Amino acid sequence: MPTATIPAPPLLDSLPEGSVEVVEGLDQPTWIVRRDALAQVARQLRDDPETQFDLLLDLCGVDYPDRDERFEAVYHLYSLPRAARLRLKVPVLEDDPVLPSLIDVWTAADWFEREAWDMFGLRFEGHPNLRRILTHEAFQGHPLRKDYDPARRWILTEDKIYKPNPQPTGSESVDDMFERMTINIGPSHPAMHGTFRVVATLDGEVIVASEVEIGYLHRCFEKMAETHTWQQVIPYTDRLNYCSSFINNVAYCRTVEKLMGIEAPPRAVWAQMILSEFSRIMDHCVCNGSTLVDTGALTNFWYMFQPREEIYGLLEACCGARLTVSACRIGGLLEDLPPDFEARCRHLLETVPEFIDDVDKVVTKNRIWLDRSVGVAAISAEEAVDHGWTGPCLRASGVDYDVRRAYPYDLYGEVDFEVPVFQGGDVFDRYRMRMEEIHQSLSIIRQLLDRGMPDGPYIVDDPHVALPPKEDAYNQMEAMIYHFKLIMDGIQVPPGELYHMVEGANGELGFYVISDGSGKPYRIKVRPPCFPIMASFSHLMQGGTISDAIATLGGLNIIAGELER
Amino acid sequence: MEIVVFLLFALLALASAVVVVSHRNPVYSVMSLVVTLLSLAALFVLLGAPLLAALQVLVYTGAILVLFLFVIMLLNVGRETPSGGTGRGQKIGALVTAAAFGLVVISLLWGRFVGIEMPALTVEYVALKPLARTLLSKYLLVFEMAGLLLLAAVIAATVLARKVGKSRGETV
Amino acid sequence: MSVALAAMLAKIGLWVAVLLAVTPVMAWVERRGSAMIQDRLGPNRVGPLGLLQALADAVKFLFKEDLTPSAADKPLYYLAPALAVVPALTTFVVLPFGPEIEVGGETVKLLVADVESGVLLFLALASLGVYTLVLAGYSSNNKYSLLGSVRAAAQMISYELALTLSVVAALVPVGSFRLDEVVLYQVEGTWLGFLPHWNVFPQFLGFLIFLVAAFAETNRLPFDLPEAESELVAGYHTEYSSMKFALFFMGEYMAMATLSALAATLFFGGWHFPGIDYTGHWAIVALKGFSVLFAKVAAFMLLFVWVRWTFPRFRFDQLLRLGWKVLLPLAILNLVVIAALTIGGVL
Repeated sequence: MPTATIPAPPLLDSLPEGSVEVVEGLDQPTWIVRRDALAQVARQLRDDPETQFDLLLDLCGVDYPDRDERFEAVYHLYSLPRAARLRLKVPVLEDDPVLPSLIDVWTAADWFEREAWDMFGLRFEGHPNLRRILTHEAFQGHPLRKDYDPARRWILTEDKIYKPNPQPTGSESVDDMFERMTINIGPSHPAMHGTFRVVATLDGEVIVASEVEIGYLHRCFEKMAETHTWQQVIPYTDRLNYCSSFINNVAYCRTVEKLMGIEAPPRAVWAQMILSEFSRIMDHCVCNGSTLVDTGALTNFWYMFQPREEIYGLLEACCGARLTVSACRIGGLLEDLPPDFEARCRHLLETVPEFIDDVDKVVTKNRIWLDRSVGVAAISAEEAVDHGWTGPCLRASGVDYDVRRAYPYDLYGEVDFEVPVFQGGDVFDRYRMRMEEIHQSLSIIRQLLDRGMPDGPYIVDDPHVALPPKEDAYNQMEAMIYHFKLIMDGIQVPPGELYHMVEGANGELGFYVISDGSGKPYRIKVRPPCFPIMASFSHLMQGGTISDAIATLGGLNIIAGELER
Repeated sequence: MEIVVFLLFALLALASAVVVVSHRNPVYSVMSLVVTLLSLAALFVLLGAPLLAALQVLVYTGAILVLFLFVIMLLNVGRETPSGGTGRGQKIGALVTAAAFGLVVISLLWGRFVGIEMPALTVEYVALKPLARTLLSKYLLVFEMAGLLLLAAVIAATVLARKVGKSRGETV
Repeated sequence: MSVALAAMLAKIGLWVAVLLAVTPVMAWVERRGSAMIQDRLGPNRVGPLGLLQALADAVKFLFKEDLTPSAADKPLYYLAPALAVVPALTTFVVLPFGPEIEVGGETVKLLVADVESGVLLFLALASLGVYTLVLAGYSSNNKYSLLGSVRAAAQMISYELALTLSVVAALVPVGSFRLDEVVLYQVEGTWLGFLPHWNVFPQFLGFLIFLVAAFAETNRLPFDLPEAESELVAGYHTEYSSMKFALFFMGEYMAMATLSALAATLFFGGWHFPGIDYTGHWAIVALKGFSVLFAKVAAFMLLFVWVRWTFPRFRFDQLLRLGWKVLLPLAILNLVVIAALTIGGVL
């Protein structure tokens, strides 16, 4: 994996003395920035031709109660032109947890800052709308602080609740004689796949202003992770992007494996790649299917769900579960692959394209669908990057960034596949992108199958990581002790921190994990790909009709489980 | 028999017409107007002019009144609030309308009084073919002028709508 | 009881029975048909092939709780579903379903209302259908319903123009508003010596315009914007449940049936099919005429189902653009061309 180098000394020189401290020895270049210099550093990092960090991937808080400066805001940056990564850490005092808002530098900071405020009570000065985002309005305290009791209960009432009333900015137009109508789309609405709410102010059918409210499906994933052992987190990851839960499993396990310095055996990696790609196909099928059903083409929805059903059959054969698979373990797989694994995969390679091609024939050149999708909710490459987009939606806007290509993890460096890129950035290109990626995924799977299944174990042969076989645990003293230790104490992950990412079905899925060596994660932050995408939904909808909004939302592939964790 | 039907629909027309002007909710007014027009259509049928009845329903109830409703819904006009007392304009309007209506009634009665018989509305006038022939020969000029007037109205409406659209920065 | 009165009652009874039967039958056809298109099974448990499913649905509708929103405009809220079936249950009066027959020495025309302005009456009554949608949406006191109503009002008025113009064009060569004469015109002779003398051949464009406008008038996909379930939840009938909802449902299918019958009559020879002998006992003749018309209606209904499960939905501005900028000019052009051809003696 290419480690990014940061060619930044001239930048450092131009800053006030002591404002930036470079940390060595971490997984990626890391700077500790004093908060007074943060705005300046951020702006220069974005604008300096030597750095060009144009993509704010993630922003999160970390709580260190023992430190003088208790809180730390952690920014993960990526530079598309230079393929470089950088982590900024900004420590702040408990009494004065105030930072400058970076919303002017990266629009993507909007919701991330709101989340950090909600979870840690970090105040971002200059943020126009620093409200709670994941928890209820009447919630008190900041749940991800270490001194917040997870068992605490609040009575949440409706009286203090925030009532969105989005109003258009700018000059009032002549036709104000027509009364505007404010309409609630969601949280319970046929086209809100998941549970979120868009409050839109309409002029006729045109949305003149809108506000997105999320948090209806917030499940405290990150807080729960801190109270469980490292293995126990795996089932929680299933519930992030539940349309492709296997990819989440892989991403999490890889991250922990990297932090521990172990590697999954080739057989496990091979199978994980195949199942990840199948999961990606499922996810794309659900996304395109629901986009189409939202535009009234219900039949295509069924066509798209049929391959998903078939792939669930494969997953079921591998681990017994269909939706929330939990099929990965740190260091490999839950169990060995079924004997007919390859035959099943081959069969799927035959059947899946039939359904995809059917949809292709019915819809892709259909005049009505083209009218509904071409040019609708289009976003330019610059805007998409500024809003922190990744994945198929970003590539549909013409930015060639795919984690599988930029940082070829697993065997992605050894298989031949294309990263499709479209230029329109509209609903149609996002749809085409996913159709094309389904074919690329099928090609990757075919190549992997042609390489043959590697022999060997399906999980690392390390009793500190993998459970011993049941038979041994019952019959051998040593195995039983290992079993006991693993179940009771969990895997012991050495202290350290790491950010690892894979290409999820809807963008860069990153896990930022911090271990203090206690046997439980100190902090796990998920970089949910659809979070920044959903944050820009209001922006996308401006000036479109309700029908456009509905057609757009399906194609963005917003999965509430991942959005709100 | 015929007189019963006539009285039924005539009374219905009058009663619903009163509701049109008296009801506080504009939607109910429009719906009453629908009843009025349908009753008039029934009266046309009694007069032996089913064509006029069909046209009345098709054009007025089926299209124009729907547009009324459309506009009412777009403007979101709710129940009219009693404004306490009537305005000056309202009074003048009522007087003028009453005068015009009275004039019509008087002229009809006067004609009868002095013995100018209005020709009865018979099938020769209102059946499909005679009506079409009359419209397109004797009254051709008037007919075409009416058409032209409507066309001008359409163009004017389009121009006005475009102006609004442009200022909103739309390309519709 | 005179023959004329008996015949009149029989004709009305027949039509009403057919129209009431249309909804359950079509519900089954639609569900099984969509299942076939979508690679599913569809309802197949109640009765053979699931044929009694419609019965089960009807029972379900009757026993569902009938909710009325507390803030609804109640008189209008109750009126709207009742109006839903009125156009469909009145328009059939002008549709002929067979040639003149002799019963007991009297000549009986196989249509209910033999009036000069036949098809105009049909259009006039059909145009009242929009009130159902508008009132339902307005009275529900729900913003989604209101949006559905606004859409319905604009859509139905827009497409009524094209519909009417295409109907008029079909009448021009006949020279009459009477639908029985329209059928008789199509009975005689052939086109090019081998095609039936149906209007659809010279007026294919007119037929297409009629068909598209008919889809829009019945609010079926791709024109189902007034309900657009993914956008407006269920549009104008969001707040309706139980039998009130079922009335909307029935109204939609009955409107489809009557418009299909009109299409068959105007463009496909109505009750007539070449090669069928329409002489003999009056009952046989009537049965033959009715069966042919019904077969044609059924074919149209299947087309409705097929289209619904194939196309995506328009956006509102696109729908209006299609209606005003494409269909209306085409319909006018069609009318002018047909009129010219008729005057020129070609048709």
